[in-house]
Amino acid sequence: MDNFFIAIGLILGILALICLYRGIFGPTDIDRIIGVGVVGTKTLIILLLIGFLYKRMDMFVDIALVYAILNFIAVLIFAKYFIKKGVL
Amino acid sequence: MSILTVSNIIVIVFISLGVFFMTAGTIGFLRLPDFYSRMHATGKSDTLGVLLSCIGIALYTLQDGLSLANILVSLKIMFIAVFWFLGGPTATHALLKSAFRAGITPWTKDGRAVIEWPPK
Repeated sequence: MDNFFIAIGLILGILALICLYRGIFGPTDIDRIIGVGVVGTKTLIILLLIGFLYKRMDMFVDIALVYAILNFIAVLIFAKYFIKKGVL
Repeated sequence: MSILTVSNIIVIVFISLGVFFMTAGTIGFLRLPDFYSRMHATGKSDTLGVLLSCIGIALYTLQDGLSLANILVSLKIMFIAVFWFLGGPTATHALLKSAFRAGITPWTKDGRAVIEWPPK
């Protein structure tokens, strides 16, 4: 099963790099914001898989939980900021 | 080399389905023409991918034996899945609403706007 987890982690890493392309070269600013959010979603699953590979699941699950909450709050704050500014 | 038991196959099917949905969302995110349609691709399929992958990972955690620590870790993983199932569409909706307020009109094939801006 370790080989399977490593393969899934590699696939998710490649997908995160593809999303990072939108994050860097996105045509509008809001494309960049959603690109960073999608990279965070992939990183959430990669963190859980790293917990299996290091046999320290009890530590990495807390890191993944905090990462999910931070990602959610970051996107909400960006949305609030852009409502208030009104410009993109 | 581990032996593929039935529960291992169930875990593999769940995680593979999750990664499949994430791949579909990423392809849509790369290929679709507009900000709104890109968000439509990623906002739903990534949420479903996280849910399926977390179910698979929680099932694999329970395979080491039903001790209290394993059940707690599995419950925390399911809490991540439930939280992201509520929070991901909320974040997508908030960002899309702010973009709509900022005056970005949706893309159409012939370039004509489908809505009047600003809305009444």
